[in-house]
Amino acid sequence: MDTMKKIKGVESLVVSIGPHIRDEVTTSKIMWAVTFSLIPAGIAGIIIFGIRSLFIICASILTAILAEALILAARKKDLNALLDGSAVLTGLLLAYNLPPNVPLWMPITGTFFAVVIAKQLFGGLGHNIFNPALVGRAFLMLSWPAYMTSWQNPRWKADAVTGATPLGLLKERHMDLAAGISKWDLFIGNRAGCIGEICILALLAGALYLFWKRYITWHIPFAYILTIALTSWIFNGSGGLFTGDIMFFILSGGLVLGAFFMATDYVTSPLSAKGKIIFGVGCGALTFLIRKFSGYPEGVSYAILMMNAFVPIIDRYTHPKWFGWVKVVK
Amino acid sequence: MAYKFYGGVHPRTFKTLTYDKPIKRPFMPKKVVIPLSQHVGSPAEPVVSVGDNVTVGQAIAKASGYISSPIHATITGEVTRIAYSVTPTQARSMAITIESKDNEENQDFRLNAPRDVSALSKEELLKIIKESGIVGLGGAAFPTHVKLSPPKTKPIDTVILNGAECEPYITCDHRLMLEKSNEILKGLEIILKILGAEKAFIAIEDNKLAAIYAMERALEKSGIRNPKPEIVVLKTKYPQGAEKQVIKSVLNRVVPAGGLPLDVGCVVQNVGTAVAIYEAAHLGKPLIERVVTITGTCVREPVNLWVRIGTLLSDLTNIFGGFEKEPKKIIFGGPVMGINQYTMDVPIIKGSSGVVFLSDEDVHQEKESICIRCGRCVEVCPMGLAPTTLMYRVKFEKFQEAKDLGIVHCYECGSCAYTCPAKIPLLDWMKFGKSKLSTM
Repeated sequence: MDTMKKIKGVESLVVSIGPHIRDEVTTSKIMWAVTFSLIPAGIAGIIIFGIRSLFIICASILTAILAEALILAARKKDLNALLDGSAVLTGLLLAYNLPPNVPLWMPITGTFFAVVIAKQLFGGLGHNIFNPALVGRAFLMLSWPAYMTSWQNPRWKADAVTGATPLGLLKERHMDLAAGISKWDLFIGNRAGCIGEICILALLAGALYLFWKRYITWHIPFAYILTIALTSWIFNGSGGLFTGDIMFFILSGGLVLGAFFMATDYVTSPLSAKGKIIFGVGCGALTFLIRKFSGYPEGVSYAILMMNAFVPIIDRYTHPKWFGWVKVVK
Repeated sequence: MAYKFYGGVHPRTFKTLTYDKPIKRPFMPKKVVIPLSQHVGSPAEPVVSVGDNVTVGQAIAKASGYISSPIHATITGEVTRIAYSVTPTQARSMAITIESKDNEENQDFRLNAPRDVSALSKEELLKIIKESGIVGLGGAAFPTHVKLSPPKTKPIDTVILNGAECEPYITCDHRLMLEKSNEILKGLEIILKILGAEKAFIAIEDNKLAAIYAMERALEKSGIRNPKPEIVVLKTKYPQGAEKQVIKSVLNRVVPAGGLPLDVGCVVQNVGTAVAIYEAAHLGKPLIERVVTITGTCVREPVNLWVRIGTLLSDLTNIFGGFEKEPKKIIFGGPVMGINQYTMDVPIIKGSSGVVFLSDEDVHQEKESICIRCGRCVEVCPMGLAPTTLMYRVKFEKFQEAKDLGIVHCYECGSCAYTCPAKIPLLDWMKFGKSKLSTM
């Protein structure tokens, strides 16, 4: 102790088990990075559908923050958890999953449901079984289906007030109309759809950023999109088997938003690489089944929600085999 | 070219702090505290008593079993105390204190005339290594003579000399490869002779280009044949230097979980150990000193030093010039796997490759939050475990389940806790789970 005093500076030491250095990545950095990566898609949505989309996004995010604060206070938790960005992300993702002309009380109700019921009542961040934003969307879809399925064309089109999504056209057997939309229009978002799902270009830019930061891995999105591509090519063609228009089915719905930003949600997806691939393939197969056989034109959100329920069992059976694993003979 | 191993992390290395600093031989300590348990295995038994006068290099404790190692006086002086003492491993251990009274005393170890090593048999060489108290100098301090005596049923075909040095900050092996390249090769020759291996590799990470170059030059000049060692350049990635990972990277062989390198015909030795083997066999010098990197961004003058075993860290303060900023942590070893100290009055021991001082900014004392299941720990675990799953099993006291999921194969590299964005002390949970299982 004497020497300690003598040496200036060594007075308040910290003692712990290693590692004594830590990576700079934190939960909130990841959440804010995902939020940041979604901004281009939001800007595209606002440009395409008009300023109303911005109001919906803002209403959604504000509700998310307020609802989170309320329930954190009620649960007597540290309010600093607000800063982790997860509530903002939930609000943003829900807004992106809404048609651009819903009344403003819809994002508010939906986000409130998402944050309070789907996230916090399950135990908050890290404990929710289902993706909160998707639960919010499912809740709105079940409660007010009329609002959730009335679409708007981009504001520069003549019939901007009412429109139909490309997949909707297909469901109603307007094959010619659906096929009439060029791939480029689908890619940049010149079509009807949800606020955040339409501009594939902007979404891919955001996804590239997340890949570059290594915040998401290729397993889920690629397994998901590849499954859709294969099943659509084989079964969804108008001229029999193996004639499906692959690019149409990848670009036209909410697949890109879902595959890169919703299915990859850490909390509600499997841990191991193998599990992630199974999860992605499952999402793809369910999306295809819903699109092809159900009354809904699009199935990304329900497919992801259903696969969320399978995550614990996927994790259980895909627990990684350790390095140098040898079979134990019992 | 090197193979890949699964997992691993890329911390900032900070090796430039001491990368270019030649190893200095600073001063002779007036007092050394030499713990009797510096190695893996049973502690050594003292053969001197308080009041005895000892000379440098004299054995003061003998090995107390097969997996044990003798200990030598590292200065000339009087034994003043044999008692329990603070050790850097935090284990309760006896230590022998030697103090030199006479200022004029010559503390240099008198080297023997170089011995003709080629005339010595395997058994004689092993005996020299054992009696010189040589243990693995990479950090784990496993008695070297045990590692060099594999059972007959496990033939060894390959020796890997480990100069990966994957821990951030530490540069002692790097400097040794630059300054003692020939000695390293001579040590390697002895290892090869003892094991009768057919192949030899020297594994170095690609952030130590100067060392790679120096070793290549020395290799060309030395003319070692049968076998001719080969230098393997490894990717800089923690924990590249871990035994199982270095074997995978160099040979693409997988050590079975729960097994040893000799199960795949391999022995891995640290480059510093090779130097110690050379000195013991050729010059008759026991292990009384080692290279220690004293470093950290808050240290005024980071250095590489030859330090006598038992020198107290507080006595070295003048050498590294004290601190520019208040250190928050004192770590023996590297900053990932190293052991945290609570005082400066701890001795340097055989396994101390470095002393790292971390300031407040380096430590990142962030609050732990909930696991968001991001799977980063699963991606980086070099043993391919799922640390977060194991953490929950241990937390809810399901130790048997944790065992079935492979917790015992964790060798505590700390990559999971390093990478965790929620700052969960995963390594603490692993250690707790393992210790619970070992007492069940």
